[in-house]
Amino acid sequence: MNTAVDPVPFAPAAPAVVARRSYWHGVFRQLARDPVAVASALLLLLIVLAALFAPWLAPADPYKASMIRRLLPIGSPGHLLGTDELGRDLLTRLMYGGRLSLLMGVLPVLFAFVAGTSIGLVAGYLGGWVNMVIMRTLDVFYAFPSVLLAVAIAGALGPGMSNSLIALTLVFVPQVVRVAESVTTQVRQLDYVDAARLSGAGAFSIIRAHVLGNVLGPVFVYATGLVSVSMILASGLSFLGLGVKPPEAEWGLMLNTLRSAIYVNPWIAALPGVMIFATSMAFNLLADGVRSAMDIRR
Amino acid sequence: MFAYFFKRLLYTLPIALGVTLVSFTLVYLAPGDPLNAIAPADAPADVIEALKATYGLDRPMPVRYALWLGRALHGDLGASIATGRSVTSEVLSAAGNTLLLAAVAAFVGVGVGCALGALAGYRAGSWIDRVASAISVVGVSVPHYWLGLVLTIVFSVKLGWLPAMGAGAGGSAEWAWDAEHLRYLVLPAATLCVIPMGIITRTVRALVADAVNQEFVVALRARGLSSAEVFRHVARNAAPTVLAVTGLQVGYLMGGSILVETVFAWPGTGFLLNTAIFQRDIPLLQGIILVLCLFFVALNLLVDLAQPLLDPRIRRA
Amino acid sequence: MSAPDPSLPALVDRGGPAQPLLIVRDLRKHFTVRGGMFDRNAQRVRAVDGISFTVAKGETLGIVGESGCGKSTTAKLIARLLPADSGELVFDGDGVGQFGGMALKEFRRNLQMVFQDSFASLNPRLTAIETVAYGPQVHGLARPAALARAGALLARVGLAPEQFGSRYPHELSGGQRQRVNIARALAFEPRLLILDEAVAALDKSVQAQVLNLLQELKAERGLTYLFISHDLHVVHYLADRLLVMYLGQVVEVGPVDRLYGHARHPYTRALLSAVPSMDPARRTERSPLAGDPPNPIDPPSGCRFRDRCAHAHAACAAVAPVLRETVAGHWAACHLDDAGSGHPEAPARAAIAFKASFA
Repeated sequence: MNTAVDPVPFAPAAPAVVARRSYWHGVFRQLARDPVAVASALLLLLIVLAALFAPWLAPADPYKASMIRRLLPIGSPGHLLGTDELGRDLLTRLMYGGRLSLLMGVLPVLFAFVAGTSIGLVAGYLGGWVNMVIMRTLDVFYAFPSVLLAVAIAGALGPGMSNSLIALTLVFVPQVVRVAESVTTQVRQLDYVDAARLSGAGAFSIIRAHVLGNVLGPVFVYATGLVSVSMILASGLSFLGLGVKPPEAEWGLMLNTLRSAIYVNPWIAALPGVMIFATSMAFNLLADGVRSAMDIRR
Repeated sequence: MFAYFFKRLLYTLPIALGVTLVSFTLVYLAPGDPLNAIAPADAPADVIEALKATYGLDRPMPVRYALWLGRALHGDLGASIATGRSVTSEVLSAAGNTLLLAAVAAFVGVGVGCALGALAGYRAGSWIDRVASAISVVGVSVPHYWLGLVLTIVFSVKLGWLPAMGAGAGGSAEWAWDAEHLRYLVLPAATLCVIPMGIITRTVRALVADAVNQEFVVALRARGLSSAEVFRHVARNAAPTVLAVTGLQVGYLMGGSILVETVFAWPGTGFLLNTAIFQRDIPLLQGIILVLCLFFVALNLLVDLAQPLLDPRIRRA
Repeated sequence: MSAPDPSLPALVDRGGPAQPLLIVRDLRKHFTVRGGMFDRNAQRVRAVDGISFTVAKGETLGIVGESGCGKSTTAKLIARLLPADSGELVFDGDGVGQFGGMALKEFRRNLQMVFQDSFASLNPRLTAIETVAYGPQVHGLARPAALARAGALLARVGLAPEQFGSRYPHELSGGQRQRVNIARALAFEPRLLILDEAVAALDKSVQAQVLNLLQELKAERGLTYLFISHDLHVVHYLADRLLVMYLGQVVEVGPVDRLYGHARHPYTRALLSAVPSMDPARRTERSPLAGDPPNPIDPPSGCRFRDRCAHAHAACAAVAPVLRETVAGHWAACHLDDAGSGHPEAPARAAIAFKASFA
């Protein structure tokens, strides 16, 4: 009398061993069908590879200056993209600059992601006064416009790459916490979390097994949007003289030093910004594509 | 509803207090003696002592904070170490210039953004939509300080139509609403307006596309309402969110204008901040951060208070 | 059934057959609503306002009531998912949790809950078999053993583990998800199962299957059920006794057939007459219940049902009626039954024979 299956079979002819259809596999396939996302991914790959393998691919020494070869235009013999105000090959500097600029874009977001998710999980799961203390404290930092906060912290700490990293991470953490806390609070109220509590599990086990997986997704989506902001802000700090110090190559810093050259050779001066723009745009378009692909899958 | 306003106001006070605390202590984050900026390293001991007393650096931190806060509440933010002028007057006059720039940029950016976004939302999926979306992605991805540079190159260096720097002839900081001064405003405002434009286009597009698909629009159309009138209804629905985002954008532009102001040497708070950082002018730094952030907080409060007035769903009984 | 597992020892009947499995005394839970202007004026939702009942071993107690009457909150209070403001829980003779006696973790092995089917009842990132295996793992079972046990349970509820075990919730139908829910609840071999609207979201045909499964499991494992529902047909089929709630309070308790034939409380009668019937002899002419359910923040004084009761009187506003046993095992809280209540239609009034038969 015991009915073995529902009267309407759900999966017709399901194989005896059901392959575990990976969620990310489907997202990847969906993404591959989006031309804009693919193009952005390729561009990004190109930029990253050029930056990564700069020591082997670059035509010249990024620090080698030459006073007679200053501000040569694009297409000069031996210098495909010209030279900067100290005579250094621009193509090389751009490639090397990519290393620092990309790092400054990704690292702060990564740190903020880890720190922010942890804090948000704690605040969201425990609720009560713990939540209030954490969120109200962060509200004060939220009251600062991000550019101002970054500049103020970097300005206070002084120039230097690590100081910029600290400043940017501190700017992004409150934002990530906000998203993480909000999602955690929602997830915590769902029935399956109640069921987990009923099974006698401790808070840590429940967070790890049930809450974390469902919180990481939305927070990750939010964080990907922050990478381009971080890049632009980091380069902006260098542009102001607060980030990377000369003679290092970094796109924002290059914009700063080449600025005085706009009356002599304007297009050279604009080149580093083109890199920032292209990278940032590629990242945003790719992130948009990933977001849509994740939506459809669900 | 007054209770809601009151409660909201009450809530803002601890935030404002927190802001003052952070503004004050931030500058002391840096390693090194703040005295280095004021006095040369080889000054005699009694000069150093005197300077310490003048600037109150011989007192413990909490006392200094309390004194500073007390004076700030009376409008006195101390004197700039570099110029000796009153911080309050410097900041306020600079803030005026920034507000001018930010307001114009916000106005233009939001205006264009609304138009583009509405068009894109109405004709979702068409080429207009794609163009508008492209513009909005560009707006959000472009490093605006670089855009400023490019615009300078095109319009100032190559074409010579517009001045490259400053807010008035001869680098003057006095403003007047005449054609001469407006020429100086064009490039910085155009650069700055790209940011709100990108965000507003996206926001409005989403709102309009959403509203257009809703049943009440179909019902309105079925009743024979013309497109223009339907648009008015849709606009009323979108208005609260748009206003909220606009308000926040103005605040953000005010606080975040430092990069554009540096490119154009616009005599605003951002430029002043830049100067203060490199001169390690502590009172000036504290003053600028404080004024800008309090402005941002006040703006947020205004936006929050305006919300229930615009959106009846948020109104509390 | 799976072989006895040393890490999950079988639960022992401590109190004997006469001891009720669960005794609930005067459970109370108020929520403060933050919509108030200042905290002083914060309003309190009296979700559960002093309810008491017992559940005997091996029976199915049905709890019914309108939306907002506090059924689900009661379930959560009993399962200790929410802390009660006051009241007592006695499980098989031992007090529970903060009221002394049985430890919470031990209590949680005895009692489990099956939630209403929705995507929120199962973790979307875990497969069916992982969901069922989670609980045993928490109690110390090694992963392979837990998965084996989970597989056996899935098979018992009608889902072949090779076919359904590795599926995610979004790959299962509503009925299948509920079976997983049931399997999850059974993983500890509990003694008491709370079913909170467990079949409400299912199609009728699927409902029937799941209800039959529940009946079988109950007989097989000697379970006791607390069945919460707003669907009176289903409750009539499944329950031995029925408890009717209104605005956070118990208004009537009694054997199912007795209530369906001779309900004493006007609310119960109204509720039962509102159920459509196929019998042409029973035509519903006017609605027995008037008005909307009142606000649990500000319930009427005295008897909470008096706003909508056809027999309301001044006595009803003045004094709140108490649960009174009129016939053995049949309790009702209404002044109509109470000789000394002062209600004009009280004692001498003959019990109205209310025939309700279901086609």
